[in-house]
Amino acid sequence: MIRVRKLVKRFGPKIVLRSMDFDVAAGEFVALLGPNGAGKTTFLRILASLSRPALGEVRIAGYRLPDQAAAVRRRLGVVSHQPLLYGDLTAMENLRFYGRMYAIDDMERRILDVLEMVGLANRRHDLVRTFSRGMQQRLAIGRAVLHDPEVMLFDEPHTGLDQDACAMLDNVLRAVAARGRTVVMTSHDLARAADLASRFDVLSRGKIVASVQRAEMETTNNLLAFYRQAVSEPEASRG
Amino acid sequence: MDEQLSVSVEVPRVGLRAQTANFLRAMWAVVWKDLAAEWRSRELLTGMLVFALLVILIFNFALELDAKARASVTSGVLWVTFAFAGTLGLNRSMAAEKDRGCLDGLLLAPVDRSAIYFGKAIGNLIFMLIVELVVLPVYSVLYNTNLFSPGLLLVILLGSVGYVAVGTLLSTMAVQARTRDILLPILLFPLVLPVLIAAVKASGGILQSVPWEEVQVWINLLVVYDVIFVSIAFMFFDYVVEE
Amino acid sequence: MEAKPRWLNVLDILTAIFFVAAVLLVFVYTPMERTMGQVQKVFYFHVATAWVGMLGFLVAAIAGVSYLVKGERKYDIIGLAAVEISLVFFFVAIVMGSIWARPIWNTWWTWDPRLTTATIVELIYAAYIMLRQGIEDPDRRARFGAVYAILGFISVPLTFISIRMLRTIHPVVIGSSDPSAEGSFNMSPKMRVAFFFSLFTFSMFFADLLWHRVRMGKLAAKVEELRLKVSA
Repeated sequence: MIRVRKLVKRFGPKIVLRSMDFDVAAGEFVALLGPNGAGKTTFLRILASLSRPALGEVRIAGYRLPDQAAAVRRRLGVVSHQPLLYGDLTAMENLRFYGRMYAIDDMERRILDVLEMVGLANRRHDLVRTFSRGMQQRLAIGRAVLHDPEVMLFDEPHTGLDQDACAMLDNVLRAVAARGRTVVMTSHDLARAADLASRFDVLSRGKIVASVQRAEMETTNNLLAFYRQAVSEPEASRG
Repeated sequence: MDEQLSVSVEVPRVGLRAQTANFLRAMWAVVWKDLAAEWRSRELLTGMLVFALLVILIFNFALELDAKARASVTSGVLWVTFAFAGTLGLNRSMAAEKDRGCLDGLLLAPVDRSAIYFGKAIGNLIFMLIVELVVLPVYSVLYNTNLFSPGLLLVILLGSVGYVAVGTLLSTMAVQARTRDILLPILLFPLVLPVLIAAVKASGGILQSVPWEEVQVWINLLVVYDVIFVSIAFMFFDYVVEE
Repeated sequence: MEAKPRWLNVLDILTAIFFVAAVLLVFVYTPMERTMGQVQKVFYFHVATAWVGMLGFLVAAIAGVSYLVKGERKYDIIGLAAVEISLVFFFVAIVMGSIWARPIWNTWWTWDPRLTTATIVELIYAAYIMLRQGIEDPDRRARFGAVYAILGFISVPLTFISIRMLRTIHPVVIGSSDPSAEGSFNMSPKMRVAFFFSLFTFSMFFADLLWHRVRMGKLAAKVEELRLKVSA
């Protein structure tokens, strides 16, 4: 579903991603782990077509970025650590706006379904400004799944949420992933990631330095050990 | 699966009419969204209006706007007021997109960037015209004149179009800078000067009822400037929002 | 660290020689202008500095287009260099114009189309530099700089036209704002030689400065790169 070859991204003189390879099969839920500044957000922004790769090939659902960006965007749902919502509009109006941008059929019904799924149906006529951080984040997910995308990207979705909000968010994330969608999620919360993902990749120094399937992991502790080793060893081999 | 995916997929060709429909739908969605949000908060319009009235008040004392002086400076006072209030609105409108990352949300949508540009620009134009339509009668009442003439309204519309066209582009740049609050007027005023000169001259001509041919020269110029500024602004919008 | 290119040394020396020659031409070779006297000598340098200012403006716009098309960092460095040089030269041109205008037009400043336009160009440069200072990301800084330089290049001629029209529709009462009216003169052949020589010298001076500044910009980029490598 996602195929990245020899991806390079620079910020001025600074090289963020150096010849990175990355593959995700349809239906996989990949947690992208890594220390701060490893380039996780940058990488996700490239997948999201918000940032242009300097070199290399990026394909999502077969479409090439950046030149087939419009086709990619139609198949992509993105949740960043900012909610991408308008505070002065209600939940309903926010979704209606994005629904128009994505040209969704039977919009009103779809919006109600989505609000039901993220548990905000009873607050649909309230201004987003009055929502708690957790509610905003759930609505942000609703916004991202509105057009029923094949691929979803989550950038640190748990940032700034308390335990309860995290648990509710996880339920929504599971519901999203259960529908056979391909998901890539960045996170530095290993415990949360361990519960959700089916595969764990470690991004460090601009490359994927290690990758492991959930099936090969027995406990969360194993993941922690795996992560520590991957980050500390510069030449750790894949998988 | 992988094998199959590595083969290039052709983007389905969409007909011209469908493309136009998509463009217009996205553009109006952006306009509608800005108007609906403003209807709720009324922050932007209130700010612009109060500021505009304050500017007129200050001019009143600074220039001793008696009947004689007024005839020659009214058009200048009006356009300075519009320009200042305009930067306030432009800044606010773009800051709203930047604050919760909404600009990214817009860019993620599968629509042409120019639809976003024109949507924002039309929203800004509507706010600016509303402010102008409030300032005109207030000014008329305060100084016991009548500023409502079809000619002046036309000039105000044309001047605002050029101003907003450049302003929307530059405010998109300004909000992405660290110094965003002070940057917009500094970037905007020297560039938009030709529009302001033509607008002031045309309005002044109409208010002092000089022969129409003399005014028309300026109106023609305004139309030309509008065409130039609208087309370059929308050409460059892509470069200003893409990374 | 690469050595200073040999041709740059040659250009340095040539520029210096030509500069001395230009000064000699202007002060020794050219005849004294009959009505204006000494102060007319300013003219040779005034026009030349303004010319360099325009040249820098043009180079910045071309570099801007090249950057947007090709995305190579060197065009950004060239654009910034051209704007910085042009900023200084336009300022010098305006000051020299004032020195000349004081005895001839009897005022330091008039809202003459050229003077006003030169001032607006300075303001656009100031805005350009402020815009760059406000942006951290080097790519975005380069992109915005390029866009702004091009917009300025399109807008300034329109401003000039507008101000010109302003003067033709409303004739100016106090004095004349056009040099062709008051303070104009016909150049003698000797004056013409000095004038074009000075134009050429200043163009060379511009090329020399631009080269130095671009080289400096590239070195600065390299330093930044090395620093990142060390800290990484």
